[in-house]
Amino acid sequence: MLELAQTSRHFGGVRAVDQLSLTVEEGRIFGLIGPNGSGKSTTVNLVTGLLPLTSGRITFRGADLGGVPVHRRLALGIARTFQNIRLFGHLTVWQNLWVAQNSPEDHARRGFLARWLGGSRRVRAEIGELLEFSGLAHRQNELASNLAFGEQRRLELARALAARPKLLCLDEPAAGMNAEEIGELAARIRAIRDRGVTVLLIEHHMELVMDVTDRIAVLNFGQKIAEGTPAEVQADRAVRTAYLGGGDK
Amino acid sequence: MDFYFGLAQIIGVHTLLGLSAYIVLLTGQVTLAQAGFFAIGAYVSAMLTVLAGWPIVAALGVGTLFGAGAACAVGFPALRVKGLMLVIATLAFGEGVRLFFFNFDYQVAKGQVKVGPVGGEGFRQIRYFPEHGWTTFDVMLFIWVFVVLIMAVLWWFDRSRYGAVLRAVGEDEIAAQSVGINLTAVKVSAMTIGGAIAGIGGGLYAHYTTHIEHSSFNILVATFAIAYPIVGGLASVFGTLAAVVFVQGFLIEGLRFLGDWRNLLFGALIVLAMNVRPRGLLDAPTLGRLGRFGRLFGGGR
Repeated sequence: MLELAQTSRHFGGVRAVDQLSLTVEEGRIFGLIGPNGSGKSTTVNLVTGLLPLTSGRITFRGADLGGVPVHRRLALGIARTFQNIRLFGHLTVWQNLWVAQNSPEDHARRGFLARWLGGSRRVRAEIGELLEFSGLAHRQNELASNLAFGEQRRLELARALAARPKLLCLDEPAAGMNAEEIGELAARIRAIRDRGVTVLLIEHHMELVMDVTDRIAVLNFGQKIAEGTPAEVQADRAVRTAYLGGGDK
Repeated sequence: MDFYFGLAQIIGVHTLLGLSAYIVLLTGQVTLAQAGFFAIGAYVSAMLTVLAGWPIVAALGVGTLFGAGAACAVGFPALRVKGLMLVIATLAFGEGVRLFFFNFDYQVAKGQVKVGPVGGEGFRQIRYFPEHGWTTFDVMLFIWVFVVLIMAVLWWFDRSRYGAVLRAVGEDEIAAQSVGINLTAVKVSAMTIGGAIAGIGGGLYAHYTTHIEHSSFNILVATFAIAYPIVGGLASVFGTLAAVVFVQGFLIEGLRFLGDWRNLLFGALIVLAMNVRPRGLLDAPTLGRLGRFGRLFGGGR
């Protein structure tokens, strides 16, 4: 579904992502892990188009993403959340989901004027369902900036889903969450996969990654040092060295 | 009484000027080009009534289209830059328009006299209203029909998905792009709508003052345009109206008895207003309270 071929992104002399090749298969939860500064977030920014590639090629469902602007990539089916939550704080919870309805399906179903100038009534059911799924229905008229941290994370996830993506990139969705919230998050990620959405999960929290992913790639200094099932990756020597540091034994 | 009708005309036209900047400010862009669109609307519609003998509504319509067209044309290149760079780019445009009219001569003989804009002297004798026997009261009503209409349309935009998208772009461009919003389309559309509103405002302004010149569209006017929505608050269109009434009605006319001291107090009071009400004269909580008050006495929902 998503294919990165020899992709690189250099910032001056720093090779944030270096000759990275990955294939994310449809319907899977694909984990991308690695120590701090290993190029995980940069990879998401390359996939979603916020950063241009230095070299290489990214294809999504067979189409080359080179030169496709960020908002067009969403229309192709790539949505994301951010490591540092980026909500529209002065809009209500409900409005945050409303403005994100930009999928081709929404375009096809509603005419131009209805889509832009129509009131909120027509889309109430769809947004209500998303709010229910995210456990935010009781907060729908609250300003997004007034939500608690965990709720903000859930809202950002719901906002990405409002665009009906085929691939969802989650950039450290568990950061700052407690164990209970992480358990809920794992269930929610599986539920998203079961809706037919492929997930690219970037995460530091190993238990979560090992728990939910089907396949994992490990980055270190912008390069892929291992790939495989969670069990294979856990047993990998290079991975242990990258995380725990130390010897050449 | 004519004094108050005249004041209402000024308030009406300045409200349009402020609203033209309001919609652009919602997208987080600071524009100093509004005086330019205001000038274009003023000159185009005045030339149509004076030189071509068009009826006022048709002339205003064409002035509006010119304002919108100019804004759209400026929007594409200008909105690629951000923040201070955008301020400078739009300022350059506004001054460019002013200097164009400073040098613009187009006079036509009409009976004994020559009419039309003459460069630095300006464009005199825009006498459509007096020639057609409109009283100050009629003109005031005419202006306010447009003000109410445009406020209603913008109020509706604010409540539609388009309004929410404008505010989303104003808040976080990266997040807005990432949820599929085309930033260029949204910003240029807001700029174009703003240009259209400034164009109407300019046309009305030219006809009620009967005399325009390049200095009527200087940087001070551009500053007022963005000051109204900012002082009034971006929570709704009523903030802009409140700020115009505060500035034009209270600070400029109300304090006239103070003589030269007025200008000093003018600045101080604006600073005070922004300190006491940092989110604008009519911020969201105030509007909420007013809304409940309205329902209480209106019997509403």
